[in-house]
Order: sequence, then C-alpha cells, then structure tokens
Amino acid sequence: MSAPSSIDVGYVAQLARLKLSEEETRRFQGQLEQIVRYIEQIRRLDVAGIEPTAHAVDRSNVTRDDAAAPSLSSEEALANAPVRANGLFMVPKVIE
Amino acid sequence: MELHEFTVSEAAATVRRREVSSTDLVRALLARMEALEPALGAMLHWDAEAALAEARARDAEPPIGPLHGVPIALKDNLSVKGQFCSCASRILQGYRAPYDATVVEKLRQAGAVLLGRTNMDEFAMGSSTESSVICPTRNPWDFERTPGGSSGGSAAAVAARESFAALGSDTGGSIRQPAAFCGCVGLKPTYGRVSRYGLVAFASSLDQIGPLARDAQDAARILHAISGPDPRDSTSLPDAPPDFVAALGRGIRRLKLGLPREYFSGGMDADVEQAVRAAVRVLEGLGAEAVEISLPHTEHAVAAYYVLATAEASANLARFDGVRYGRRAENPADPLEMYGRTRAEGFGAEVKRRIILGTYVLSSGYHDAYYLHAQKVRTLIRRDFRQAFERCDVLLTPTTPSPAFKLGEKIQDPLQMYLADIFTIAANLAGVCALSLTCGFVEREKKLPVGLQIIGPWMGEETLFRVAGAYEQASAWHKEAPLG
Amino acid sequence: MNYEAVIGLEVHVQLRTRTKMFCGCENEFGAAPNTRTCPVCLGLPGALPTPNHAAIHLVALTGLMLGCEIAPRCKFDRKSYFYPDMPKNYQISQYDLPTCRGGGLEIMRESYPKDAQKKVVAGRYIRLVRIHLEEDVAKSFHFETASGIDFNRAGTPLMEIVTMPDLRSPEEAFAFLSTLKLVLLYGGVSDADMEKGQLRCDCNVSVRPVGQEELGTKVEIKNMNSISGVRRALAYEIERQTEMLRGGGRLTQETRRWDEAAGATFAMRGKEMAHDYRYFPEPDLLPVDTAAWLDDVRRRVPELPLARKRRFVEMLKVSDSNAGVLVADCALADWFEKAVKDVTNTQGVANLVVNDLLRELGAAGKGVTESPVAPEALGALVALTDAGRISSSQAKEVFVEMFRTGRAAAEIVTERGLEQVSDAGAIGKLCDEVLEGNAPIVVQIRAGNAKAVGNLVGQVMKLSKGKANPAMVNAVLHRKLGL
Repeated sequence: MSAPSSIDVGYVAQLARLKLSEEETRRFQGQLEQIVRYIEQIRRLDVAGIEPTAHAVDRSNVTRDDAAAPSLSSEEALANAPVRANGLFMVPKVIE
Repeated sequence: MELHEFTVSEAAATVRRREVSSTDLVRALLARMEALEPALGAMLHWDAEAALAEARARDAEPPIGPLHGVPIALKDNLSVKGQFCSCASRILQGYRAPYDATVVEKLRQAGAVLLGRTNMDEFAMGSSTESSVICPTRNPWDFERTPGGSSGGSAAAVAARESFAALGSDTGGSIRQPAAFCGCVGLKPTYGRVSRYGLVAFASSLDQIGPLARDAQDAARILHAISGPDPRDSTSLPDAPPDFVAALGRGIRRLKLGLPREYFSGGMDADVEQAVRAAVRVLEGLGAEAVEISLPHTEHAVAAYYVLATAEASANLARFDGVRYGRRAENPADPLEMYGRTRAEGFGAEVKRRIILGTYVLSSGYHDAYYLHAQKVRTLIRRDFRQAFERCDVLLTPTTPSPAFKLGEKIQDPLQMYLADIFTIAANLAGVCALSLTCGFVEREKKLPVGLQIIGPWMGEETLFRVAGAYEQASAWHKEAPLG
Repeated sequence: MNYEAVIGLEVHVQLRTRTKMFCGCENEFGAAPNTRTCPVCLGLPGALPTPNHAAIHLVALTGLMLGCEIAPRCKFDRKSYFYPDMPKNYQISQYDLPTCRGGGLEIMRESYPKDAQKKVVAGRYIRLVRIHLEEDVAKSFHFETASGIDFNRAGTPLMEIVTMPDLRSPEEAFAFLSTLKLVLLYGGVSDADMEKGQLRCDCNVSVRPVGQEELGTKVEIKNMNSISGVRRALAYEIERQTEMLRGGGRLTQETRRWDEAAGATFAMRGKEMAHDYRYFPEPDLLPVDTAAWLDDVRRRVPELPLARKRRFVEMLKVSDSNAGVLVADCALADWFEKAVKDVTNTQGVANLVVNDLLRELGAAGKGVTESPVAPEALGALVALTDAGRISSSQAKEVFVEMFRTGRAAAEIVTERGLEQVSDAGAIGKLCDEVLEGNAPIVVQIRAGNAKAVGNLVGQVMKLSKGKANPAMVNAVLHRKLGL
C-alpha cells in the first residue's frame, strides 16, 4: 500500500470553511503532519476481508411512526438568530 | 459534617427525611462555589435564583423520585431549555437551547435540581479542560495541574464538593480520565444505554453521557435515573435499566478479572502500576480471580479513534455557521466569507485542528486509506473485546498511564495530549461500558489520585458496580477529599 | 453534420407524508415561515434525527412500481457541503446503499406533448440507475442585499430518481416526466405538483454527432419549475450546444440555470468551489433491513396506468384514445370503473365520461371527485339507452340535466316524457295518419322511389314529438307500403 501524500492544511481548511491566518495554517501544517504520520500506523494493519464498523450497536430498523409532534413557534425558532427579519433567518445575499 | 460533604445518597436520604431542605443543599453548594470558583474554574455559569427556585419547588412537594431535591451539575454541552449551552466555545456565545436533553428530563423526573454548568474542553475536544475558551479548570488536588478532560469541570466540581455529582460526556475517556485525575468515580455507559438527545455531538458513534460522582453508589443512582430507551435517539437501546444499586452489594466471588497484557507492557508510571496491581490483589482477596488476557489490536486504538472521531466531528461541527444561532463574524460580504470568518473566529485551535483532520480523512482520495481503514480496525477492536469477555467478566486496567499532568504541559503538543487517552479510547470504539474509581494516591509535588478502570461487556454495568461496590467496601480511597 | 442529444434526468420528488423525514414537524406546503421547525430540522446542537418509516416505505413502493431491485439492507449517509439553506451543512442522504437500484419506465404515448404526437416512438423504455431517499433543504428568498431562509421545508422527505442517459429529445423528457408523475400519483407517493416544487428535475444534457458512441460534454440544467419548462430548457440548451459545435466552439462542463422569462439558460456563478461531499455513514441512524416489511409494501403496489389502459382496451372494449384519457387521471379511471360495474355497454359509458362528463366538469371547474353525478347513476343512464328506452342523443340531454340537478336518469326521462313510444298500435295509428295526408309521396314510393320513405319517417317522428322509436316507425311504414 502506497503512503498517501501529506495533508494540505490550506486546501482542507477551505473545504471545512475555516478561514485560517497564515500563521495558523503554518502551525497546523506542522502539527497535523505529525498527527497524520501517527495515524498512518493503522495502515500497516492488514484488514483484508474485515467489514467496517459504523455503529457501536448492532441493530436495524429503528424508525418512528409518521405522527406529528409540536413544532417550535416562529419566535422560539428565531430567538437565537444572529440576524432575522420578517420571520426569516437572514444571511448575506446568496448568489446562484 | 457539612452539607456540601454529603454524597448523593446521603443528600437524597436527608431531604427525604426532611432533615434538610433542598434549598439548604443548594445554598451550601452555591456558597462553596462562591468560595472556590475564582481559583478552581470548574463551573462555567450557574443561575443561583433558578436553582433555588427549583429547590423550593421540590421542598414544597412530596418526593417525586429517588433524587428528590438533590442538586446535580451538568457539563455545558447538554441542552437545558432556556439555559446557555456554550460548550466552552466562542461560537456558541449567547446561544440558549430551546429544549431539554433527554437526560435533563430524566433527572427532573427523578426529582433532581439542576445546579449549574461545568467547564469543559471546547466541544469536549481535549484531555485537560485547557481548550475551554473561558478559562482552564484546575485540579483540586494540585492547582498547578489539570483536572483532565474533557469533563474536567464536572470532575473538579465533584471532587471539590461544589456539587454532589455531575453529568459528563465521554467520547474517548472524557469522563473516566478526569475522574481518575480528580479522585472521583466516573462511568461511561454502554453505547446506547443513555440517550444522547440533547448532548452536543462530538463523535456521534462514540459519545455517551455518564455520571461523575463521589462513590460507586452515587454513580449507580444517577445512571439509573438517566438510562433507558429514548424514541428521540435511534441509537439508544431498548433495555430498561436494572437495579444498579442492588448490584453494589452482590459480591465478586468467582468473578473473572481480565488483565489485558497490552495495557501492562510498560508505558505507565511505576507507582500507577503499583496502585493498580494492589487493587487487583484486593479484589482477589474478595474472591475474584485475575487472569491475563489479550486485546491484540490495542496499539492501533488511538490512531483509529482519531480518524473516526475527527471525521464524525468535522460533520457534527459543520452546523456552527452563524446562520441560525451562535456568533456570526461581523459584516461578511457573502455566505462563503460568513462561514470562513465565523468559524475561524468562533472555534479554538484544538477544535480547528480536529475539524481539519476529520475533513482530511474523509476527503476524496483519502477516505478509503484512513476513514474506511479505521472503521475496519474498529471491527477488530470490537472483536478483541468480544473474545476477551468470553474468558472473563470484567477487564482491569489503569485509567491513565500517569496521574494528573501539569497545566500547559501538553497543550503545545497535540499528539502527546491525544496519547493521554491511550487506556480509555478502546472502550468507546467497542461501545462497551467502563468505570474509573480511585485505587490509591501517588506523590508528585502533591498527593494525586490514581484511577483504576473497570471495563465491562455491552450492557454489563451491573458487573462494573459489583466490582466497584466490593472494592469501595474494602478500601477508603474514595473518602479522601482535597481542599479540606 | 447532424447532432443528437443525450439526456439523463435527476428527478426530486417530495413524498406525501404527514411529517418530515427525521422529526415530527408537519410536512406541509404554504405555512407561515419558520413555523414548522424544531431542534432537529433546524440543526440545533444536540438534536438527533429519527427516520420516518412511512417515507422509507414510499421509496420502496416507488421502486416496486418501477421494477427496481430493492436493497435488502440500505443505510443513510452524510453528504457534506455548506449552504445557507442546509441546517446542518450536511444532508442526510443515501450514498452506496440506496433503497432501490435499476428498474425503468415505459413512456406512455399520451404523455407526449399534444403538438408532438407525430414524434412519438412507441414503447420507449427509460432505464433507471437508482432511487434514494434524502432530506430536502430550506427555502431561500433573495432580496436586494441579503437572502432570507425559511426552514419549513428543511428536512421534509425527498426521493431522488436518477435515470440512465436514455432520453433523446426534449419531447421524450417531457413525456417521461409526465408518465412518471402519473405513476407517482397512482402510488400515492407524492402530489407531484411541479409548481409547488413537489417534483423538481435537474437535466444532464450533451450533444454528439449522430452515429458517435462517445458522449459529448455534459451540461447540467437546474431551476425548471414545470414539465413544459423542462422541454423548453432542453430545446434551448440542445440548440445552444449544437450551434456552438457547428461554429467550431468547445463546450465546458458546467451547471446552468434555466431562466423561464428570458427563455434561456445561464451559467451559474455560485458554485465555483470544487465539491468534495465527504460521504460517510450517518452515525445517528441505524441501517434499514427492508425484508422485514417489504411484503407489506408489495401489497400496496397499484395497477399502473399503462397496464390499466391495456385492460380498458382489451377487457372493456374502450377505444384506445378514450382509454388514454381515462387513465391519465387516476380518479377519473376509478370513477369510470365504478360506472361500468353493472353495465354491459362499457363503450357507451366511456363515451359519456370522456365527452360529456369531462365537458360539464370543465365548465363547472370541478374535479371528478366533485361530480354531482354519481358513477352508478351514469351507469343507470346508459342502461336506459341499452334497453332502447331512450335514444343516445336523448341520453346526452338527460346527462346534462343529471349534472345540473343531481337527479336520477329515470326520473328525468319520465318527467320530461322523453321515453320512446315503442307501442306498435300507437305507432300504427300515427303512420296511418301520415300516409293519408301524403298521397303524392305514397304514389312516388309505389313508383319505385323507396328513398322517399325517409320523408314519411320524419313526419311520423315530428307528429310523435320525437318520442316514437324511429326503428319501429321505419319498419311499420315499410310494411304498410308493402315494401
């Protein structure tokens, strides 16, 4: 198995919508390279034929009935909004 | 005996007998907090009037549940309707939850009074409570040291007798490690035992809420109150909680105690190992039998954990974007800038690092190499535990490789901080239950507690309590208190 | 050089459930903004999703109707991308284990646009790639300098149907969507109203020289809000791409937005950052084993429009075009089936339904379920004509009166004295009277002009005020004239 190329903090931070300063990017780059080197050890383990585990419980079909429950009032829903107007959550203009 | 020195069991009993009121208890703890908080930093916020009002309401009615009138503190990542829930982060500044977590509803049904909110590592990411943006919490045994984390505020508050007990959350050791560092009992339940509804998610497939308490009996009482199926959490298990308190006195004759070889192969302080081995001998003396077992994939647990936990966290923390709640950067020109600056200004360094790591391991080209691979390692680790529990009833390990470390000691070295969780992480990956209790003290500059970790099988909490109960019967460590 | 278009669709269908996909908020169109939200669908910290099994069943039902393979185990995944209309900045969707795979849909002839019936290629079968379940996003309103978000729609169940690139023209895409919509309505899966956004469609379209195997550069078109809009957008885009290639230009793979008012597509500016959706299994939701309930859903599979049409033509002797009209509206076809229950002349019923009932309903602005004439009552009317008690033209008159008053056919016939006179004695008398008064015509007839009998029949009918049975009048006159 070939080693994956190392982490590009600038690119990944953009994916994660974190606008890092240059200083932060540099610092994280060093720290995360070290961490990535550490986690790379799992790749030494042969996992051929092993099923992945996504959940800590082995159950399925846990669903709910299609029955209505009370909603929040518009006032409650908007109470924490940083910017609101006319019953809407406001954001800078979205350009399509 | 002063009121703040009560255990949960004692507090509940005296309120029930109407020897003291819930209001008296709340006042005593508030006074304790007023006195200690400026230096300790265990609590993030509390509403004295609200707590007293709840206490007065309990005092005015006949007991409604087993925790009637008993004040309990909550980690600041649990939703309580109308209360701040900051997760010790700038990004949730000003956010008040409009709903109650299931555990909060259950505590109230049991009659408990909500006391205040405990400090934590930001979004539960850390092992020292130093990543809290408000202030670090200090270890009540030595103010130069950390209380552990991420539920460091809960552990310190309980150890310092600011609260009889507290709820914490444990994703990779965040209840057990601070319990060990502060000399409390801390329990991470079986995944699914306690509903996560209302717990601000760090890593959803690993998170569990659990108690931090003075002794095993208190932990059992609180676990009983907060356990059980919840239709609002699809991953909660259908089992109703058994009588955990009854299990405490059941004895441990012929119980098989597994000592995982990989945990005792160096890498821990000599005096910590000594304390743990001494505890094993005490349990053997009570009729249990120690056997060596193996958890062969242990060495990969930390790496697999940091892949899976950060991957889930990167998605869980995407919702903090300044649109619906929390803090938004000022005057962003467009949504992209709003996201970038809000999140850069709102999250601290450790949270950012983990979001970046988690984003990276899921990103195109790396997903299979890291994320998928780690999921398979998780399968192997679960298998290790399944096989171990075919041979023994519980596993015994130290909770941490060393006692509480110093403030600032690891904060500049994230990887060293991650490795502080080396003994606790596997239980979360497997989903099994685990409890930490004090099994001795070691001398550094000051006297520091050492934690013994008891790991039980899935839904095996009763066995944990049998062992913990028997051990506390035979020892007095849990009676020691810091700060006089 | 001639070019051909290659089109694939991603159809998003809002499911008809009472509540949202992962919480108990009502799934309802048109409520005041942000009044149908809760901690779950607002993505508040700590809230957890719980899946609505009715929505999962509707997706499986759709899969069964469209001949898909239903996965024995499916699961939910998180699809990460940031957008203000997305509460959690990840969408709960299905990635590698969707509920349905494969399958397809035969386009109905009636589904093609009226002006393109000549272009119909019979029996076109469009293959599907997959059908999966996800949650819808919120609705955005764009103002001068800001956008406002209403989260009522956020978290409502949304089904995505992905076709293979099997479509070859805008008309075919139109027809596919029309047939699909009909199937969805038959299954009660969705109200599928494009104007309400209940059926939304993204088109992937490319052009290539006829005969070339390899696909051209693909363009995705968004924002069409009617099936005819899809047709127009595709026609515009195919023309644009073809012109571009003819002019020696190169196409770029991009997403374009259909502007209905301008009648043109425009490149979208908003999505300049590369996407990396970082799918992983949703840790808050456990897998779904379909075998546990699939048989229950199988029992809900209805007879599909195409099969129903074939049955109407073959078993009920309805004309192809009438059958097409009937099955195009499930309620109308249901109404028709009730009307023919005890009637042998099913064609007569079909004619009255397709011509007269639809005309009256249209004029009254009513749907078939609001018809003042019950299906059984229409059946009874047709039974009267079959028994020869009224003529078919009288039946049409009676029907109008039934529709106006809601009264029974027999009652109207009696009251208006419409019943035909079939009494041989009475008809004989009338004939005698007419023969007496028309001696010159009788002479002509006897001289060999047999056609002139028609004149006499008309006079007898007039004398009877139209009530005489015309066939009997004809027969009696012939006998009396010795013909």
